[in-house]
Amino acid sequence: MTQDPLSSIVATDEQMLEGGWELIVGLEVHVELATKTKLFSGSPNRFGDEPNTNIDPVTLGLPGALPVLNKQAVELAMRIGIALNCDIQPCIFHRKNYFYPDMPKAYQISQYDIPLNIDGFLVLPSGTRIGVERAHLEEDTGKSTHVGGATGRIHGSDYSLIDFNRAGVPLVEIVSRPDIRTSEHAKEYVAELRAILEVIGASDAKMEEGSMRVDANVSVHKPGTLFGTRCEIKNVNSIRALGRAIDYEARRQIDVLDSGGTIRQETRHWDDAEGRTHTLRVKEDADDYRYFPEPDLVPLAPSAEWVQAVRDNLPMLPAARRTALSALTGYDTQSEAVIVVVERGQHDYVQAVVDAGGDAVRALIYVQQGFADAGPVPAVPAADLAKLTVLERDAKLSATQAKTVLAELVEHGGGDAAVIAAAKGFEAMDTSAVEAMVDEAIAADPGAWAKYMAGDEKASGAIVGRVMKASQGKADGKIVTAIMQSRRS
Amino acid sequence: MAVIPTTASGIAAAIASKQITAREVIDSYLAQISARETDIHAFNLVTADAARAHADAIDADIAAGRPIGPLAGVPVAIKDNLCTHGIETTCSSKILEGWKPPYDATVVSRLRDAGAIMVGKTNLDEFAMGSSTENSAFGPTRNPLDTSRVPGGSSGGSAAAVAAGFAPVSLGSDTGGSIRQPAAMCGVVGVKPTYGLVSRYGLCAYASSLDQVGPFATTVADAALITEAIAGHDAMDSTSIPQPAPALVASVSQGVAGMRIGRVTDLPAGAEPEVIARLNEAFAALEAAGATIVDVTLPSLSYALTAYYLIAPAEASSNLARYDGVRYGLRVNAVDTNSMYGATRAAGFGDEVKRRIMLGTYALSAGYYDAYYGKALKVRRLIAEDFERAYAQVDVILTPTSPVVAFPFGDKVDDPMAMYLCDIYTIPTNLAGHPAMSVPFGTGAHGMPVGIQVLAPALGEAPMFRVGGSLENAAGGVK
Repeated sequence: MTQDPLSSIVATDEQMLEGGWELIVGLEVHVELATKTKLFSGSPNRFGDEPNTNIDPVTLGLPGALPVLNKQAVELAMRIGIALNCDIQPCIFHRKNYFYPDMPKAYQISQYDIPLNIDGFLVLPSGTRIGVERAHLEEDTGKSTHVGGATGRIHGSDYSLIDFNRAGVPLVEIVSRPDIRTSEHAKEYVAELRAILEVIGASDAKMEEGSMRVDANVSVHKPGTLFGTRCEIKNVNSIRALGRAIDYEARRQIDVLDSGGTIRQETRHWDDAEGRTHTLRVKEDADDYRYFPEPDLVPLAPSAEWVQAVRDNLPMLPAARRTALSALTGYDTQSEAVIVVVERGQHDYVQAVVDAGGDAVRALIYVQQGFADAGPVPAVPAADLAKLTVLERDAKLSATQAKTVLAELVEHGGGDAAVIAAAKGFEAMDTSAVEAMVDEAIAADPGAWAKYMAGDEKASGAIVGRVMKASQGKADGKIVTAIMQSRRS
Repeated sequence: MAVIPTTASGIAAAIASKQITAREVIDSYLAQISARETDIHAFNLVTADAARAHADAIDADIAAGRPIGPLAGVPVAIKDNLCTHGIETTCSSKILEGWKPPYDATVVSRLRDAGAIMVGKTNLDEFAMGSSTENSAFGPTRNPLDTSRVPGGSSGGSAAAVAAGFAPVSLGSDTGGSIRQPAAMCGVVGVKPTYGLVSRYGLCAYASSLDQVGPFATTVADAALITEAIAGHDAMDSTSIPQPAPALVASVSQGVAGMRIGRVTDLPAGAEPEVIARLNEAFAALEAAGATIVDVTLPSLSYALTAYYLIAPAEASSNLARYDGVRYGLRVNAVDTNSMYGATRAAGFGDEVKRRIMLGTYALSAGYYDAYYGKALKVRRLIAEDFERAYAQVDVILTPTSPVVAFPFGDKVDDPMAMYLCDIYTIPTNLAGHPAMSVPFGTGAHGMPVGIQVLAPALGEAPMFRVGGSLENAAGGVK
């Protein structure tokens, strides 16, 4: 058996692809840092401004302009490194030389063989540990718009427009080890990484706006052999697209190999509408970037005190948040509700609802179900949601009624749940009234009751239905069931 | 009309004490430019109107009793690879012809803040690549002492401007000797400060790890004065040393008593006999003034030229990649972007620039990096170590500035290696990042001036100027 030196992670039987193929994925994730200014100049780092307004001699690569490293960018990059369990080391910058119209100096200042962050890892919510090879600082390019021509690419266009607002924006490129074995894990990795980046304030990490860009290196091989030739998939603009692109690419490579062909090392473009990848360029065309140490910058060696200060000020990471939310609610750390709420950064909000006297489980579920688009700080005051959870817990409202009130709260950005419930005619039913209704229903349908008493749970439906009808839907189904159970025992 | 002093310090003092006006000074220098510039071609651009307006503003300040800068009214010529806000900055290259920077180089704004008046932008070898100013796209500069000869380079325009009396002081840039060598050939003082002492912000880069801005002057004291004015930390240049400008003018007159002067026993050969004769006279003069002459060796020096011609072109190939026709300067239209790059750069760059871009691109290429660029960096370290050992024994080292005196036009233009050898004594300092200066010291063949080079360790400007001042005193007695 030969083990590829790049990764020792082996797919489980369930993770293997059809025909005995093992999928090997490594991800390169570029994130734009949420700094005030650019990596090497004082121009604002701001998305969406008028084109070519956030520029200066450094951004435009004018003759004589020199880069000066942005301290905040270094600090955010170190936060990323620490959050990903990397070693932070003294490092240098290199020039990566290539011509492109939106690359003002015709070289990109990046890090090459001695990056800031090395040798980290990220533990997926499902438990798998994915190695992080490096997370280095570099500058972004400008943005080209190619006008005319069919493809929107530079070839065949009539002319091109360049916006240099993005040029020089600080990026951190996070390179995973080829430790990912399923498209699900790839999606999970990106979702978790995004949650981490948001939590530590390093980036808004929006794939749709391009502040987080994911390239996937995909190959397949038979276990016990060296890894196959990989293809790099670009233009993946959502987590869902990432999963689809990897699955497509794996299938494509397997088809080529199964029919006796070979995989060319190449860069492929994911077309989300067509659901397939196309060749963008083959490796043989690749530029020689002529990397050499950037003479306009001095080595970067963050002091131990600085690194420690960044470490000390790092907020609680998503994994720790899941653990805390699990302890608060009793839900498993890997339950969807906990994962989703932490991913959205809403765990502090759930805690606030509980602190305001709310019921923890109901708070978690309400936030999961009702606050998908609300962001980390929902508009509904935590106390308002707390009140609703209490009304439901104390059976003042049925689950169905509570859901209706929740929708009202979300729509209006808050409100008194009791007032809303009253306005809807959801008057509270006291338990004795419900008990009377249950007894009436049992009397009305003795056959169903007998079956229920004999252990046929399904027979309860008829009794519950009668109670609901009698109460005009105001009785809480859970309460009704509880009363029936107490009658049976 | 009052007599115009010939030194920057004299001019500044006379203006400040109202003996003469800034306008009288500037008119006098502009008259000298009018008289000889056609023969010399020191300038790519003379900014006469702006200079007069600046002078009038200074005179108005003085009349109104407002404070003026220490260099108020001193005319200064600026090498045309230093950015000047709104004023054409060409690097003597067609590719930048017509480009007006939206900002000033730090050295330019510091001189203006001190009250100095720019008279024009001086000619240079295209992008500071050359040793004779023959590589300018706008025609060569002529040596004011013999117009059939080159002024040296690459800062030939700045050297000639001072030698011809077009300005008492000027700024140049020195990557491998581009201030010191033309200073020697034109018979003026030229200083390359310690790397990082003077900001490079706004200096169009040739080789970033070697480039340094420095002054030309007719006296060592003026050179010290201008060095003081432009030196000191600049937050816009990451390689700028985080220290204020040192006081240097006082050093010039301190003498060399007790100083240890190094004589390099394994100096690369090739210097003209008259140049060697002047060097020996310089040692004798310093010894007579109370210094001790100590023999030192610099065994790695013979590899300096080779290392330089890998490192400098490698950095240049990257620095000059931005001249792509996309955003500014020349654009030659073509069917697609890549062809446009090629056509623009083919038309915009001269032969020497193309030669160095190709050399540097090759040196950095995959598979060649270790053998060429990587090895050159090792040589650079060895040279620095050689100097370190030498400076354990001596305060400064004396060598010729140039192995040859100013040569006739066309003499070396078709033989790049012969041209490169002009910088054999100046290049090692750039590789080490150390300061060095050239002081005129008598004449050599054809009656052309010889320059003696004073080398000092990093931030050793003060001892360097002490020796420079003593050499200047002694030079009066040399033929």
